[in-house]
Amino acid sequence: MNRWLPRAYLSIVYALLYLPILVLVVFSFNSSRTGYRWGGLSLQWYESLFNNHAMVQAMWNSLWLALAAATVSTLIGALTALALHRYRFRGKRVLNGMLFVVMMSPEIVLAISLLALFLLIGLQLGFVSLLLAHVTFCLPFVVITVMARLSGFDERLPEAARDLGASDFTMTRTVLIPVIMPALLAGWLLGFTLSLDDVVVSTFVSGPSYEILPLRIYSMVRVGLKPEVNALGTLLLVFSLVMLMLSQWILTRSKR
Amino acid sequence: MNQTLLSLRNVSKSFDGKSVLDALDLDIRDGEFITLLGPSGCGKTTLLRLMAGFEHPDDGSLTLAGTDITHTLPEHRPLNTVFQHYALFPHMTVFDNVAYGLKMEKRPKDEIRQRVDEALAMVQLGDFARRKPHQLSGGQQQRVAIARAVVKRPKLLLLDEPLSALDYKLRRTMQVELKRLQRELGITFVFVTHDQEEALSMSDRVVVLKDGLIQQLGTPREIYERPANLFTARFVGETNLFPGKLERLGDGTITVDVLGVHRTLRRPSFPVCEGQAVHVLLRPEDIRVLAPDADHGLAGKVVERNYKGSTLDSVIHLADGTEVLASEFFDEDDPMFDYRLGEPVKVSWVDGWEWLLPVEPDELPAGAELAVNA
Repeated sequence: MNRWLPRAYLSIVYALLYLPILVLVVFSFNSSRTGYRWGGLSLQWYESLFNNHAMVQAMWNSLWLALAAATVSTLIGALTALALHRYRFRGKRVLNGMLFVVMMSPEIVLAISLLALFLLIGLQLGFVSLLLAHVTFCLPFVVITVMARLSGFDERLPEAARDLGASDFTMTRTVLIPVIMPALLAGWLLGFTLSLDDVVVSTFVSGPSYEILPLRIYSMVRVGLKPEVNALGTLLLVFSLVMLMLSQWILTRSKR
Repeated sequence: MNQTLLSLRNVSKSFDGKSVLDALDLDIRDGEFITLLGPSGCGKTTLLRLMAGFEHPDDGSLTLAGTDITHTLPEHRPLNTVFQHYALFPHMTVFDNVAYGLKMEKRPKDEIRQRVDEALAMVQLGDFARRKPHQLSGGQQQRVAIARAVVKRPKLLLLDEPLSALDYKLRRTMQVELKRLQRELGITFVFVTHDQEEALSMSDRVVVLKDGLIQQLGTPREIYERPANLFTARFVGETNLFPGKLERLGDGTITVDVLGVHRTLRRPSFPVCEGQAVHVLLRPEDIRVLAPDADHGLAGKVVERNYKGSTLDSVIHLADGTEVLASEFFDEDDPMFDYRLGEPVKVSWVDGWEWLLPVEPDELPAGAELAVNA
């Protein structure tokens, strides 16, 4: 009894977590049109998904956006983290705290205020507005990831490099960046996934010229659930699993 | 050998208004092993960082082999550093770590390979070239750090407490190895430590530092046997301090009253006058413990005894409460030699083995010091 109770409990927790995903994957291969009856194995929903040009376009749009948002926020975030780590200046604590404010504040607040800002400065809603918004909410995560790595960084390493004849720039290139590279990659991946599945902020700041995947799915679901969505979900699942394994592989390899 | 390699003139440095080094002068000779010794916060690490170029002096100048390097960036100084916790580049192999400095000099690949191999062979790590630092033991990492620093053939090698993270046995091995390296390479070593034993056993000369001021500069023997002041005497080794009162000035001698015993001693180098209070310093190994019926010496009793293998260390309380440390070698004729606790004895020393210091004006009187300790 004492041995079985924890196991049963754990099984229920994991079943609740994974059963919906499993159902989604299984039904993406279902040939029946009405989603809840099994009608045999089929790849037709994958086929119809790839024939749906609007959907494929939205997928590419989302990928490009996530790529750009993750890269821009990693660049800015890494420099911010370096500045916060390396220099002592007035207002540093405030600046540090403000990062958490952006991270903790409800997404809807960020969405409304960004929309208000874009309207105020007369920015056309589309790729640029989406990118700016995504960079905004990705940035704190990147900064905090990189700062965590920097806090464990041996301050003697840059000095050792300088001592051996490296200029400040060469030291940064050959020592600092390689050492914090795992954090940069982790931050980049975090930004990438955050951007890829964001709905709330994107709903407010996207325009008709640039449709992205989460919004496309959302509108599809409102009209009525199509099994195509299951196929799409499965693909996204595989994609994020690959990304996850990639990041783990990079992290463990860098520890060697 | 006696040429000055690095000279510091009037060097001052303060952090946040707190003075760390105060108008310090120091000449480091070409080819010597010089140690900066002092308690933490004495300014020894700051001094080393000034030499390396990681800090710049508020005032004063540094001259290396005739060139003013006061404002030279660390990467342009022909000297290298071995850091306290090694600071090896974790993402590079041992080979790449050692090669780093040569790559910065843009040396040809063949030359780099040959010189790195030589440096690794010198520290007996030839087989470890392809490992990453975290796959090495502390002692091995230490040796990589040394190889990385000497591969550029610097004029001067700075070592910042390089052995402090190693265990006792490894430390002793590395001390010997460092001395050997220094002899073979003929590089000037500036070594920072707070371990006085290490300083004495390794150095040609020792700089004793306290509060940013040089307390004494001399050979290990001078520092140990003829300390310039009470700080050095107490910091370097164990010391017995007897209060003395100068009774009579003779021709090259003085007569001193030490706790009621009158001894005629050699006249010290500092100016003396009759009635003056002096400190009589004796190292534990210079103390002679005599039988209680001896015709001279200070009476006391043994309160502690410590078997140390080669010596017997004892603590003796004198009648007036003064504590005396004695360290005696075992005698072949009497291998069972030992003391009982509470055994009455007399304490004395061989004439000429004492060292005298003046009582400094800002010192507490002996009585007040006891009161503070109690």
